[in-house]
Amino acid sequence: MTPPETKTRASGADLIAQAKASVDEVQPTEAAAELDAGDVTLVDVREQHEFEERHIEGAVHVPRGHLESRIEQFVPDRSKRVVLYCASGNRSALAAKTLDELGYEDVASMAGGITLWRDRGLPVVTPRSLTQEQKERYSRHILVPEIGLEGQLKLLDSKVLLLGAGGLGSPTALYLAAAGVGTLGLVDDDVVDASNLQRQVIHNTERIGMPKTESARKAIEALNPDVKVLEHNGRLNSENVIDLISEYDVIVDGADNFPTRYLLNDASVRLKKPVVSASILSFDGQISTFVPFEGPCYRCLYPTPPPPELAPSCGAAGVLGVLPGIMGMLQALEVFKLVTGAGTPLVGRLLLFEALGTEFTELKVRRDPDCPICGPNAPEVADEDLGKFPDYDAFCAG
Amino acid sequence: MPKVKIPPVLRAQTNGESLVEVGGADVGAVLKGLADAHPDVSRQLFDEGGDLNRYVNVYLNDEDVRLLDGLDTSVNDSDTVVILPAMAGGS
Repeated sequence: MTPPETKTRASGADLIAQAKASVDEVQPTEAAAELDAGDVTLVDVREQHEFEERHIEGAVHVPRGHLESRIEQFVPDRSKRVVLYCASGNRSALAAKTLDELGYEDVASMAGGITLWRDRGLPVVTPRSLTQEQKERYSRHILVPEIGLEGQLKLLDSKVLLLGAGGLGSPTALYLAAAGVGTLGLVDDDVVDASNLQRQVIHNTERIGMPKTESARKAIEALNPDVKVLEHNGRLNSENVIDLISEYDVIVDGADNFPTRYLLNDASVRLKKPVVSASILSFDGQISTFVPFEGPCYRCLYPTPPPPELAPSCGAAGVLGVLPGIMGMLQALEVFKLVTGAGTPLVGRLLLFEALGTEFTELKVRRDPDCPICGPNAPEVADEDLGKFPDYDAFCAG
Repeated sequence: MPKVKIPPVLRAQTNGESLVEVGGADVGAVLKGLADAHPDVSRQLFDEGGDLNRYVNVYLNDEDVRLLDGLDTSVNDSDTVVILPAMAGGS
């Protein structure tokens, strides 16, 4: 009979002390000098959330729990110099012992960890990140390489103003809110009517009679608490347009009348704000993206409005409910591209959609050298005249 | 024959047709042919001097005819002439 093995009863503190005694330690200033000189791999062995909060620039992240399985990805050559750090120097000492056992020949643990590093006045990076809830909510965006964490942060930082919370504005607002656009401004002076609900999917039966901006805000807040909704319950006019649009990165034009469309165009060119512009009628839709001075503006495309008999409204002529859904989502797509920089927006291109034939037609739109607003000979607008505009109602009635 | 895409606001004048085939060697002749077949269209396309109204955009395939040779732009049988009015509907 062999006697039962007696287990050593070392405390955690003992193990750490033993590890520290058996591995090389470097001071933060020495580690910094090595990092500057290059030819060292600095490994942060802390947990994911600690690394995300702040870390030393240039460090690779291998949590201690994954050290054995992952270190070779980062340091395949066991003769290379490796310096490990954690929060205070304990976990990195244990990790250094592990690397020693794995056959790494030139390993050191940084004494005092990132805490002492910071006390010595050495720099750290504090990358922005998402909360756990946000990581889960936007995981399908983050998985797409064209978006990723960086694209999602851009969406969360973006401010988008929607003109109209109606047919086009409903799907645009819902999809932008779902995508995590951080600030959505809504301009509308109307209240929800039963005849809206066939297409204005952001509103519902219970909210008939409620201002559309308020109804839309309720829907957005229920969908995504990350989105800050700013209600502008009123009409866009020449007195408020400059103040209103200057607060936003992208303007989405789903207005239902020509005076507003021309006013928005002229103001957005003055402030160099991109406008995603769509319009709908019965079974037909049009969409383009106007980026001032990069491509044409609305007036390059339509120098003068048509007479009223050639410009009926959806109220007068009717519209297929799904049509603004399709066009509104194309607007949301354009906003996504402008905000993240992914893909190719519809700049200089007018996309027509005909719903009955399910036909898309793309037309080229050029900058008009004679454009009175964005052309090379357009009159300069002095700062004090920035908010002065002509009478668009008269212009459009003319 | 070249085809002409008719926008919704003019379909009442073309018996509801959204695509009309009209013979003609240039854009002007095609539009004239359309106007002859559907007289109510004429007033909305052309001003009193016979020029295109400024609020009507006409494309040959995907290019604005004003950047080509205007109404004199020649047209082949496989071409599509698009009549494009501004629309303001959004709600």
